[in-house]
Amino acid sequence: MPRPGFVLDVDRSTPPMLFWHGEKFSLERLPADRSRVIYPAESFPGLEDPQSAIRDALENPLDMEPLRALLHADMKLTICFDDASLSLPKMRRPDSRQRIIEAVLDLAAEAGVDDVHIIAALGLHRRMHDYELRHVLGDRIFDAFAPNGTLYQHDAEDPENLVVLGETDHGEVLEINRRVAESDLVVYANVNQVAMDGGWKSLVTGVASYQCLSYHHNPESLQNTRSLMDRHHSALHHSIWRLGKVLRDSGPKVFQIESTINTDAFPSPFDFLSKREWEWTARDRMTYLATAKTLDRMPRRAARKIFHGIEAPYAMTGVYAGFTESVHERTLEDVYRQHIVEVEGQTDILTLGVPFISPYNPESIMNPILVMCMGLGYMFNMYRNKPLVREGGVIIMTHPTYRDFHPVHHPSYIDFFDEVLADTTDPAVMSEKWEKRYAEDEWYRHLYRTGNAYHGVHPFYAWYWGAHGQQWAGKVIIVGGDPTAVRRMGFTPASTMDDAFELASDVVGRSPSITHLHVPSVLVADVK
Amino acid sequence: MIAQSLSKRRIAITGSTGFVGTALVERLLRGVPDCELILLVRNGRRTPAARRTTREILANDAFDRLREEHATSDESFDDMCARRITTIAGDVSADGLGLSDEDRMIFSTADTIIHSAATVSFDSPLDQAVEINLLGPVRIAQLCNDLGITPHLVAVSTCYVAGNRRGTAPEELVSEGPFAIGLEWKDEVESARRLKGDTEASSRQPERLREFRKRARTELGAAGAPALAAKTEQLRERWVRDQLVGAGRSRAASVGWPDAYAFTKALGEQALTESKGNVPVSIVRPSIIESAWAEPRPGWIRGFRMAEPVIISYARGLLKEFPGVPEGTIDVIPVDIVVAAIIAVAAAGPDDAPAITQVASGGINPLKYRTLVNHVRSWFTENPLYDNDGQPIVVPEWRFPGRGKVQTQLSRAKTAIERAEHTMQMLPLRGRQAEFAATLETRRLEVERALEYVELYGLYTECEAIYQVDNLMRLWDEMPDTDRQAFCFDPRVVDWTHYVHEIHLPSIIEHARVKSTPGKVKTADRTTRLRGQVLDPKRQVAAFDLENTLIASNVVESYSWLATRRLDGRERLKYVARTLTEAPGLLRMDRRDRTDFLRHFYRRYADAPVEQIDTDVEAMLTGLIISKCFPEGIRRVRAHRAAGHRTVLITGALSFNVAGLRPLFDEIVAAEMTVRPDGTLSGEMTTVPPTGEARAQILADYCDAENLRLDECVAYADSSSDLPLFEAVGFPVAVNPETRLASIARKRGWLVEHWSKAKGGPRNLLPIGPMLSEREQRRQFL
Repeated sequence: MPRPGFVLDVDRSTPPMLFWHGEKFSLERLPADRSRVIYPAESFPGLEDPQSAIRDALENPLDMEPLRALLHADMKLTICFDDASLSLPKMRRPDSRQRIIEAVLDLAAEAGVDDVHIIAALGLHRRMHDYELRHVLGDRIFDAFAPNGTLYQHDAEDPENLVVLGETDHGEVLEINRRVAESDLVVYANVNQVAMDGGWKSLVTGVASYQCLSYHHNPESLQNTRSLMDRHHSALHHSIWRLGKVLRDSGPKVFQIESTINTDAFPSPFDFLSKREWEWTARDRMTYLATAKTLDRMPRRAARKIFHGIEAPYAMTGVYAGFTESVHERTLEDVYRQHIVEVEGQTDILTLGVPFISPYNPESIMNPILVMCMGLGYMFNMYRNKPLVREGGVIIMTHPTYRDFHPVHHPSYIDFFDEVLADTTDPAVMSEKWEKRYAEDEWYRHLYRTGNAYHGVHPFYAWYWGAHGQQWAGKVIIVGGDPTAVRRMGFTPASTMDDAFELASDVVGRSPSITHLHVPSVLVADVK
Repeated sequence: MIAQSLSKRRIAITGSTGFVGTALVERLLRGVPDCELILLVRNGRRTPAARRTTREILANDAFDRLREEHATSDESFDDMCARRITTIAGDVSADGLGLSDEDRMIFSTADTIIHSAATVSFDSPLDQAVEINLLGPVRIAQLCNDLGITPHLVAVSTCYVAGNRRGTAPEELVSEGPFAIGLEWKDEVESARRLKGDTEASSRQPERLREFRKRARTELGAAGAPALAAKTEQLRERWVRDQLVGAGRSRAASVGWPDAYAFTKALGEQALTESKGNVPVSIVRPSIIESAWAEPRPGWIRGFRMAEPVIISYARGLLKEFPGVPEGTIDVIPVDIVVAAIIAVAAAGPDDAPAITQVASGGINPLKYRTLVNHVRSWFTENPLYDNDGQPIVVPEWRFPGRGKVQTQLSRAKTAIERAEHTMQMLPLRGRQAEFAATLETRRLEVERALEYVELYGLYTECEAIYQVDNLMRLWDEMPDTDRQAFCFDPRVVDWTHYVHEIHLPSIIEHARVKSTPGKVKTADRTTRLRGQVLDPKRQVAAFDLENTLIASNVVESYSWLATRRLDGRERLKYVARTLTEAPGLLRMDRRDRTDFLRHFYRRYADAPVEQIDTDVEAMLTGLIISKCFPEGIRRVRAHRAAGHRTVLITGALSFNVAGLRPLFDEIVAAEMTVRPDGTLSGEMTTVPPTGEARAQILADYCDAENLRLDECVAYADSSSDLPLFEAVGFPVAVNPETRLASIARKRGWLVEHWSKAKGGPRNLLPIGPMLSEREQRRQFL
């Protein structure tokens, strides 16, 4: 039985804590008697037979007829699936999505369905490379569908292939992929890694247009998303659920299949990552030392290659199918069971080790904007109830924050960093002044549609993602970050953790309380 | 009384656009209210003589005082000038002064002629110095005799006609003095003319021309035939000039003069005396003329004269040593004293004026070289110039070394810099490193200039002759007090300390536009300003080169990417090995002629199926082009579009290879390849690939067809082979320039951009496409 997550109070005997530092690690000693570390639960065991669990879910869906009954020969069937932003890191083959879609295709074949399209629900993310599609779907599906053009990726900038389905009572217009809208049945295959994923968000963002996404991907709604991991207190999710209702009422029939995975993110050489520091064996210590020293000496490019080459030994922990909302409730229960750690009260300083990866840089580079998005957007939002850090407190992140950008994946990020951030870091101002120009830029559109680039507006969304954290924190310090880059983002650079505590003292005084969110592994702090 | 005796006279003046001439015109207009002036002015290349009078003479700040006086009088300054000044177009180096019949008539009405036209630069070519300095006065006398008139001819010469000598130099003709060696001026004229012809002929000898061509190529690179031809001809002309300058200097030295200027002036005096006929002649010999003591205002100066560049170079710390004899006399005379003396001679008339009047300070109010140097040093210690970082420049202590020593030092420095520069030119540098080479070039030019100063002016600081001013002082003694005040030409009035500290140095610092206040120079502002200019909505077209301007890639790389995309491991290895062995040859060919190289290289595309190329090219956009692009460059293209400019890509790359960049440009001009009926490429081009001078033509044609203006075009390119394009447009921008272009861009003040690839982008060691899975490798071409 895996041990649950818990809060450790740091005393003099507590060993230094592991921090991610981009493609590196560091061990930082936290001040005794006023620091605490929140540890996630140990990884849950996976399902013994995921294959039959999937079949079982398809035969016994929630609030819907079994999939078999929904399929008939002359129908239009569309299968959508989450793109490369899930899971992180990518999971070892076979991917949950492959297992699910293969099961669905088996049933479709039995029913004699010929008209099947498989669409990657990208939203405004970059198009996946062919090898990524192969990885997620497996060779069998790829080779059967890709050559004849029935496996493809959603294009949010193709006016021919977008249709309006209706409008919410808040005036939000649902505009989605034409094939999806005109299908007799849409099956969605998801990987629900964190509580933010899944539900109506899968389709309503994954196959929507830029216009449709801009209703909820904006500074105002993200500043009122408290938090991303708690859909009942998230303005973003409220808007999405309203659009989901339009989809349910005027759209195609949707058969949602959601799967959860455990937190077994790193293969064996990196075992020490998910262990608690005081339980490290001599061997773990050796591995840590060897790894950390090697990474220190290695060029960033090489370290990046190693980390992005990691295939996580994730195991499927649950799978549900049927009506989207019913399925998602069950999924959330499972996700929370794994992730929730109860925490007593807020803290003055929150420390976060920012890793090499975020949802927006698979096989790519963690550029400064993504560091902000990961730290203030994702990690800060790992809470329910109220944030871990008090309002006006200090957030300290560790990341090299180098000014490296991937020219193919993040072309508009480069310009965003040089032009927009040089002008303002205020999400509201940039949305007013700059967003439209980037969103409608012909060149970015061209690269998004034909290349492998994120949409022109995507850096704005990444920045808005951190809007709540940015507004909430009194000061944000990045330890070990490139000073120019850090300052341009409106943050404070520090060279060591001690310097960072020193810099924080003008906001939180000389003996602040400190909380460290222990990553890797994922947790959602339920702050009482 | 000077004003009375010159009243109602018509005075013809040559050389009025010069330093002395301008001061003379001003002084006569102001000091002799009733006289009229006939100005003999050369037609400019574009501006006619009359226009030059208003623009180059009357617009000078010397006339500010007179303008002010006229602001309150009945007659405006312009009306007064129009009434009293007649401009005739002529040239003292042409027979009959090149006058039209009408102008001859006007010239013949002159009562007095003041000849102050000369080529004063010490390094003029011999033939030019002979034509102007030697034959100029002769021609004027000749014309007067032809016209049958006998006006009083006052010829301005120089004290230095006395040549290199120690001791006193009296006011007498050199040819009549004790040191005359019996030179015949006619022989000198003839030999100078012959030398000019010989040098011209020798400059056209095949091996010379080959050398000029080679040097032009080193300087410009593969800039295309027209640009190379222009450069070669320029080099040839410069060579001829240099030869003649050298000839002048050595001929002068061989017969005892410091330079061709003094030499030809001396012969000019002799020639004038011999051939004046009935024309009465007075010669005025000033020494080194510098800024005004009092008139029209203290410190007035026109142009950069002899001592100024030396002083400024010293103050900027560039000239650390200057030769000279510390106890020697440096004979300087303010311009207003010279002008007053000339007017006094003219007023005295042919009968009373001395035949030769020297206007110099050495004899009666000497300025010692050491005193001058100390004055200059103390002044710049108190009022230093500032370097670009806003730091004051400390002036070096002057140790009065011998000329030979300074020359050796400078020559050594020059050689060292030249070597470094040559090495830099050989290296394949770009961007900032190339800028460093351009800095070296600037340093070399500075050293070269210092060397030139030392060679030219060193003799003057070492000159120990004392110029007697007996005639001048006799003239002065006879002057009534009123004239002494209005036309002061007594060299004794000058207080040298006051002159150097309060008058001369402040004036030349203002003139030289050097940095005399602390604070950092904002070079960044210049770049911002230039960027603002190129992105101004008034511009119409932005033309871009591709390779190394927008992407760090080339045609070989894109070919390799496409060619290897469908190969397996072993074949790839073979391909890479083969390409590497061919590389030096390809590089050589590219350096020789880009067009030939492209034509030869593109043959390799023969037999490639178009359909397959089209699919592969799509993958190449992200696989190669975007990952190697300069994000700032791409942003600039779009900034031009946003500003409403047309964007044009002109590249030697094949059209299908750049198809992915379509959305950035309104027009793509690229190399086109013909397709065979069976759907394969032929490997042959339909037109000449757009490289070198063809690009300028293409852009010009485009502008013509679209009714746009070429001078409102912006052009971005990286190589000196794009010079014709740069020269054709109004706004050239050098992107990551290679060494040659960097130095050209620096000299011409072009905008230089340093663009780089996104840090962290994918980096392939070998330019080969990513391996496709086996089932995707259907067909190959190789």
